[in-house]
Amino acid sequence: METGLSILVGLFFAVSVYLMLSKQLVRMLLGIAILGNAVNMSIFVNGRLTREVPPVIPEGLMVPTEVIANPLPQALVLTAIVISFSFFAFLLVLAFRAYQEVGTDDVNEMRVAEPENDPLPPQGY
Amino acid sequence: MASTYSSEKVDYSAAMNLEPVAAADWLIVAPVLVSLIGGAVCLMMRKNTDAQPKLAILFLALLVLVNFGLLIRVLDQGVITMVMGGWLPPFGIAFTVDALGATLSLIASIVAFCAGLYGIVTVGTTGRRYGFYPFLVLLMAGVCGAFLTGDIFNLYVWFEVLLISSYGMLVLGNEKPQLDGAVKYGVLNLIGTNFFLIGTGMIYGVFGTLNMADIAIKMSELDSPASGTLLTIAVLYFLAFAMKAAAFPVNFWLPASYHTPNIVVSAVFAGLLTKVGVYALLRIFVLIMPGSREALADLFALVAILTLMTGAFGALAQSELRRLLGYLVIAGIGSMLAGIAVGTTLALSGAIFYAVHSIIVMTALYMASGIVNMMSGTYDLRQLGGLYQRNVAFAAVFLVLAFAVSGLPPFSGFWPKVLLVDAAFADGRALLGAAILLSGFLTTIAMGRVWIYAFWRGGPEGTPDGESVGPGAATAVAGGRAAGLAGPAVWLPLGILTAMIVYFGLQPEWMLELSTRGAVGLVEPRGYLRSVFGGL
Repeated sequence: METGLSILVGLFFAVSVYLMLSKQLVRMLLGIAILGNAVNMSIFVNGRLTREVPPVIPEGLMVPTEVIANPLPQALVLTAIVISFSFFAFLLVLAFRAYQEVGTDDVNEMRVAEPENDPLPPQGY
Repeated sequence: MASTYSSEKVDYSAAMNLEPVAAADWLIVAPVLVSLIGGAVCLMMRKNTDAQPKLAILFLALLVLVNFGLLIRVLDQGVITMVMGGWLPPFGIAFTVDALGATLSLIASIVAFCAGLYGIVTVGTTGRRYGFYPFLVLLMAGVCGAFLTGDIFNLYVWFEVLLISSYGMLVLGNEKPQLDGAVKYGVLNLIGTNFFLIGTGMIYGVFGTLNMADIAIKMSELDSPASGTLLTIAVLYFLAFAMKAAAFPVNFWLPASYHTPNIVVSAVFAGLLTKVGVYALLRIFVLIMPGSREALADLFALVAILTLMTGAFGALAQSELRRLLGYLVIAGIGSMLAGIAVGTTLALSGAIFYAVHSIIVMTALYMASGIVNMMSGTYDLRQLGGLYQRNVAFAAVFLVLAFAVSGLPPFSGFWPKVLLVDAAFADGRALLGAAILLSGFLTTIAMGRVWIYAFWRGGPEGTPDGESVGPGAATAVAGGRAAGLAGPAVWLPLGILTAMIVYFGLQPEWMLELSTRGAVGLVEPRGYLRSVFGGL
């Protein structure tokens, strides 16, 4: 179970790195979205997988009576999902606005903040 | 089976603290509470652009007071811990405050307070309406939370809080270069935090806990503290925080974005954001994973040297004042990394002192360059000139800041550099010590050139020797922008920060003692661990 998911996580990472190495901003953003999912799944696998035993303590008891699924990774992943989702939404809008203003989604051509033929500082005093 | 456990018999004391929290211990979470409430109040007053700055500055002043009280209490009582919801560590999220966290939190809040004052002039009605002040106060929630938390996943959450606020501040104004810079800043920083999260997931997989003190104890009980898995985690953390701190191979987002936003936003970013990354490096590699730090020490030293050189040479090659300062931020990060690479108490106290110095001086320099722009209407060294005649006192302040950032005595940059160079040579890392000195020398040249061009010479490029452009002509260039210089709003924060630089330069004992305490607390973490778990 862990082995299979680990391989899947590895595939996700491979895809996301491939996409993030692209010049096109949209592809980079897709890569980031997949990276976020890969990270979340890796946290999930790191918490060890236990099938079909929800972490519910029977009524009247204070501690579980048998091995149960680890609930903590789910809490961590939930936090991370919310954060990465909101960041992704922000970056999408930002990328669209940058595309509107700069007129390109090729990161090599996005040189507004750092112009290519920037004058050197004055030489000599 | 239900009869074995009845609710009356269960002993909660192993998992829960049923005693009410002592009133004074609420100070531990107070900085975060004040910033979150302040941010919410400012958000509600978003449309009221006159009242908003006053409220924000009030909350930031309160934040300074609370942080000051917290530091006093930490100095008095040693490391203090508060657990959320009464769940004892390692179950609940713990806020653990030591001298390092409290000092940085205090200095950061002073800088934010100064930025709040400065923003009265530079952030217009539109910027206020789009939320400069709420973002500033919420950014402080993230910064203080990161400095105070004792839980590694919680550290990630505070990183994201400060990151999302910084995105908001970076794009205020919606100009072309801003959007361009924000794309690079946003993408690279988000990738950096994702690496942090991968490392944290792996730490949880290995140790089954996220509490920093708990991890530190379990780490010290291992036979081989730098095995393959741990080194993988260490390298992931190093990459993540090096990205945050803008260390050499992953620093390109900083010079691409820091000169684009409103000048007060640049000032806050240059002061605070990269230092949070350095703080995380200190916390993770010295307190939690000392074995991995030793194994990676040569890598740290190499990165430190390259960062020092990138920063210094980058600064020499810029003719835009803000971009030049951006490279100086990077050079400062190199000095702090050098301290972590050496790793002795002396070197770490040097790194902590340098972080404090760098927070103050970089913010002050950006604020001063904002004033330069208000006086002459440009940031370009070619077009600057003649400011000495316009305002001698300001020229003197700028020279003080230039000396401080280059590490010349008698200002605050001198002492941490003495500690760092001393520690580097004592540890046999002569190349590292030499790199710190060379970087300081090149910084002196770069800043000296700024001062000569902007202040000392008579006027912009082309002005004949011996002649000067009269004040009247320059005021016409600056147009309406010079109006902000009339009131105290821009001079007061610059004055406060410069006074701190001079004070820490002339009277370094207090800050030296604080940073030594911080460094000892990291190298000998018994106090930290005892505060979280008791006994030991």
